[in-house]
Amino acid sequence: MLELAKRLTEAFGISGFEEEIRAAIREEIAGTVDDVRVDALGNLVAFRRGTGGGKRVMLAAHMDQIGLMVTYIDEKGYMRFAPVGGIFPLTCWGTQVRFGDGTVGTVGLDGRAKRSEAPALKDMFIDVGVSSRTDVKQKVGDVATFIYPFVAQGNAWFASNHDDRVGCIVLAQLLRELKGAPISHDLYAVFTTQEEVGLRGATTSAYAIDPEIGIALDVTLTGDLPYATPAMEVAMGKGVAIKVQDGGMISHTGLNKLLIAAAEGAGIPYQLEVLLGGTTDARSMQVTRAGVPATCLSIPSRHVHTPSQLVDRRDVEGAVALLKAFLGGAISL
Amino acid sequence: MAELREILEKLSNEIGPSGHEKAVRAAIRMEIESLVDRIEVDALGNLLAFKAGTGPEPRLKVMVSAHMDEIGFMVLQVEKGGTLRFGAVGGLNARMLIAKRVLIGDDRLPGVIGMAPPHLTSAEQRERVLDVDDLSIDVGAENDKGVDSKVKVGDYGTFATRFAVLSADLAWPTVRGKAFDDRAGCTALIGLLAERYPVDLYAVFTVQEEVGLRGARVAAYRIEPDAAIALEGTVCDDTPKAPDEDVSPVTRLGAGPAITLMDRSMITHPGMLRLLRATAEAEQIATQYKQPALGGTDSGAIHMSRGGVPSITVAVPCRYIHSPASILNLNDLANTVKLVGAALQRIDRSYLMRNA
Repeated sequence: MLELAKRLTEAFGISGFEEEIRAAIREEIAGTVDDVRVDALGNLVAFRRGTGGGKRVMLAAHMDQIGLMVTYIDEKGYMRFAPVGGIFPLTCWGTQVRFGDGTVGTVGLDGRAKRSEAPALKDMFIDVGVSSRTDVKQKVGDVATFIYPFVAQGNAWFASNHDDRVGCIVLAQLLRELKGAPISHDLYAVFTTQEEVGLRGATTSAYAIDPEIGIALDVTLTGDLPYATPAMEVAMGKGVAIKVQDGGMISHTGLNKLLIAAAEGAGIPYQLEVLLGGTTDARSMQVTRAGVPATCLSIPSRHVHTPSQLVDRRDVEGAVALLKAFLGGAISL
Repeated sequence: MAELREILEKLSNEIGPSGHEKAVRAAIRMEIESLVDRIEVDALGNLLAFKAGTGPEPRLKVMVSAHMDEIGFMVLQVEKGGTLRFGAVGGLNARMLIAKRVLIGDDRLPGVIGMAPPHLTSAEQRERVLDVDDLSIDVGAENDKGVDSKVKVGDYGTFATRFAVLSADLAWPTVRGKAFDDRAGCTALIGLLAERYPVDLYAVFTVQEEVGLRGARVAAYRIEPDAAIALEGTVCDDTPKAPDEDVSPVTRLGAGPAITLMDRSMITHPGMLRLLRATAEAEQIATQYKQPALGGTDSGAIHMSRGGVPSITVAVPCRYIHSPASILNLNDLANTVKLVGAALQRIDRSYLMRNA
């Protein structure tokens, strides 16, 4: 799984610009499913036919991550940018970024901004090391991503985009491990797009798939940091989190009971998650069409939406194991 | 068909805040009735016009939309003295309201958003930006009884601005009017109906865009288009700024149709972007990109309809949108029709695909 994690966390993929990560996932799951297609919003929809008598289950992990979009290039070649998704301005100054074509840049802070105060994005620019606009290959509308390498250190995995590449890793690994296993349910493993700008890919793919059960795989925040605000039980390394509620959804209680039973039955550590802000693709699955029983399995992650995010390898493995245990049984709500 | 300028004049002068698009709809219907195969009005008030394509079946279904509604206000209360308290419909900024002439209700009752003269205001009052809650409309009535028969709570209204030609220079033809957002788009869409295209065209004049893309959402659900183009009147801020302002304008007047790459409601489908780029290049039409990340359009609702729709937004730059008077360049409007018309001739399934 380490190689899979490295590849998926180092592939390029900002909301709306998921080509590279989509191609990487497509290769990694080749041969594990019956059908793969790409829809209008760019979702990668992988279908695995069940042995019959089960449910139509949609599992969603989003491929996109937050990033920066060029809005203006000045005479000297400095590029102003807008956020794509929820970028914390505080995390940008001095970070190294990469465009889709490989061009590297550094985020600089202009002279208007007081160094003693929290900077605003409008005071920042991307510097690709040239002195004239004519030497810049980028165009308005091009997007850049933070480039921090994948590092495994003890049980911790470092990456710039565990939100939500770790969900993609879980889902791709699940498909590999299910290969040849007799599962009754029809599985739609959907690697969604544009989650970070409003759950857009999941909204349209959920409509198209019309699932009977929806489970999102995403990160969640943790309460194990100094002065964690607000208080939160979830901690990194204590197991996969089963979401009870977040800012956009209350999980289906019956579905959660089944997941808890599956975890306890298989001896998989789990935590219950109540997240006060934010939401996941599970929300859009839950409210599609006439409504779908939905929940989210979360990987606890420290420093979400910053350029250097952490997860614990054991939680990732636990998520895969829990999904296998859950999908191996009947789903009766 | 009438000239674009005449159509824009007619539509700009009509009154139609969100939810009260009847007069605009009637005016558009008159313009397009002879140009399309079928017209219907749905439950929300969208005007849906169908024009069959000339290409071999199965033909693509392309939805081209423009919203009929404009920002305005609704009467909330008739005060004892006969003045009217009101609430904003859509993105109305209080800074622009004071002392403006307005028209209210089906009978277009004229009124003025009143303000105290300088003689009666303190320096502190003159500095303070008033809120919509602080303002009221005066229709010249003696008291609330005088208003009774003419205005009721829930009546709608908007600015009374009349259309005018500011510059008749063919190289720089500018006009002034209200509600160019999105009567400019409506005008362009009517202009597009002069032709027939290989694809089946669903021209949709939507309602309630300014209060949350409501009309477009249900229209797209009904039509199930293969692709969609929203036509807009968009922000243009090319007027002089402070010299140290190190940013680009959102759009520039006279620089051609403005194509959206990303706004708050959508990240543009790469195939649709490819289509417009190829069309602009082939037709030698100058275009510009709207500065990313600002605003939202009907495309935001349309592209997320059902299983998803490849969509794009093309806009006519308009200075001072969401105010009583906007200015646009008619060449931008004409080129928007030309660009989108040529794109409708060119579009095929290859533009609807993403890379694997």
